[in-house]
Amino acid sequence: MASKVLHAIYRDDDLLMQAVKQIREARYHIGEIYCPFPVHGLDKAMGLAPTRLAITSFLYGLVGLSVAIAMMNFIMIEDWPQDIGGKPSFSFLQNMPAFVPIMFELTVFFAAHLMVITFYMRSKLWPFKKAENPDVRTTDDVFLMEVDVAGHNVDDLTNFLYETGASEIKLIDNK
Amino acid sequence: MIVGAIGLIYGFIAAPETVEDVKEMMASEHHGEGHADESTTNINVEQLPGNEVEVENIEGYESEVAEGEHGEAHGAEASHEDEHYEHVLHQLQNKPWAALYVAAFFFFMISLGVLAFYAIQYAAQAGWSPVLFRVMEAITAYLLPGGLIVFVILALSGLHLNHLFIWMDPEVVAHDEIIQNKTAYLNVPFFLIRAAIYLGGWVLFRHLLRKNSIKMDDATDNSIFKKNFKLAAGFLVFFIVTESMMSWDWIMSLDPHWFSTLFGWFVFASLFVSGITTIALMTIYLKSRGYLEFVNDSHIHDLAKFMFGISIFWTYLWFSQFMLIWYSNIPEEVVYFITRMEDYPILFWGMIVTNFIFPVLLLMNSDYKRVNWFVVMTGIVILTGHYLNVYVLVMPATVGESWFIGIPEISGVLLFGGLFLFVVFNSLTKAPLLVKGNPFIKESKHYHY
Repeated sequence: MASKVLHAIYRDDDLLMQAVKQIREARYHIGEIYCPFPVHGLDKAMGLAPTRLAITSFLYGLVGLSVAIAMMNFIMIEDWPQDIGGKPSFSFLQNMPAFVPIMFELTVFFAAHLMVITFYMRSKLWPFKKAENPDVRTTDDVFLMEVDVAGHNVDDLTNFLYETGASEIKLIDNK
Repeated sequence: MIVGAIGLIYGFIAAPETVEDVKEMMASEHHGEGHADESTTNINVEQLPGNEVEVENIEGYESEVAEGEHGEAHGAEASHEDEHYEHVLHQLQNKPWAALYVAAFFFFMISLGVLAFYAIQYAAQAGWSPVLFRVMEAITAYLLPGGLIVFVILALSGLHLNHLFIWMDPEVVAHDEIIQNKTAYLNVPFFLIRAAIYLGGWVLFRHLLRKNSIKMDDATDNSIFKKNFKLAAGFLVFFIVTESMMSWDWIMSLDPHWFSTLFGWFVFASLFVSGITTIALMTIYLKSRGYLEFVNDSHIHDLAKFMFGISIFWTYLWFSQFMLIWYSNIPEEVVYFITRMEDYPILFWGMIVTNFIFPVLLLMNSDYKRVNWFVVMTGIVILTGHYLNVYVLVMPATVGESWFIGIPEISGVLLFGGLFLFVVFNSLTKAPLLVKGNPFIKESKHYHY
């Protein structure tokens, strides 16, 4: 795959946001942006599809709630009926208030943990994975934007990127 | 509003004056259904198309049957009956007062909640909200008239014109050791002095904040903003103490035997979420009329987030209070929930639907929080739910099982709702709708989530 990309480095997130808007207006294609921290609203500015992580989180929450209900019903009512606070009614509904904290906790537990794991899988992250960022400084204080050269003139593009506030630009030739 | 006033007057007139009236009323009510229930041994006798649920003791039930059959009562039964009827009579005489009190308190608490929210915006130096400040200030304008009305109702209770607070009745106290031990705190003069302190403090803070906010429009530096910041912080400290005490005094003391340590927070959550919801509704209304073109969807989104969050907070407190009492199962505490569950089942459980499940499901999605009609719909349900919350807080102690939402309740809401809207919109016309001179106003205008 012979593609040329420019690595433009920005030093400020506001500057980056403005640059993203200008570059998209000029119809250049941004491949990827590496940031030292999440930049609020960057996904919208880049025109990425909205995340579906929230929906999965909601579903995981429902799973957690069901697990909690089934678990408490089995443990406290069916398998070994428990006398709860002097209310030995052996009915799930009548002892339900005592289970609410557990239902709540498991809902949160499932939603949070499974959502994080889903996020890692979607972002292709796992332990001992080799870092992908092209410049180590993006873990410190700079923002790096990959712009596809595609059919454009490299010099024009470079000048344009400098105008948007890039502090340094590198041409990467993937051959 | 006028309709409400007329309805309320009717409500007071219609309240039965004598034991005889109640007898007549109940007799006519029971004639129809008395026979149908004879075969059941259940002591919960449900009657009336008007949703009225009456729990009667066995004697009461038997005597009704007797009455249904013979049309008259006599002998020993009659004395039982008189007691019972007198009890119901007192409850029904309390009803218009309680309805008035619930409605008055509900609208008062909205403006108090908004004032707390407003002060938090200053104290936190929030950047998103200054465009909404004038709306909030306008809603808090109701604090003074609303507070006066509540105070007058409390004072009238103190003068024994009604029997909302049974500890104010010296005869009750004479036979009640628990209340006797509390008289150092629960006595009419101290009660009214406390109420005056709370109200006076809140109104004073509101007045100063508003005055400074208007002065800030022509200000050249941030000195007034700093002053308001300090005022708001001071108010919040004063508020959280007095709000708790207010909730003990004005609501919890309706059941003078019962107490709950998180009651202040519970009432706070209710008034806070009602206040925020009202801000959202007012803002959306004014925006739809083209008055607030500087308010964008992100502001509505943030208000909806607060509605969502505080609704959950309310449920959390509701459940915390409920679960501890349910778990420990101590009779003098549990009775509070028993009366509510048995006499007010629809409202008691319905409240969880309107105040928790409905807002949670509707406002969970981030995009829905930006859809104005979604927010309006949820807002109306939340406000209804929190009216019912106040209703269920007040009514069981004042009218007991003789409750139904009738003309006094509805007209009470109409009266104070009308007054509330009048005061609020009147106040909106007094100042430009956009604050100037607030150092965050630029950020707020450009606020984008």
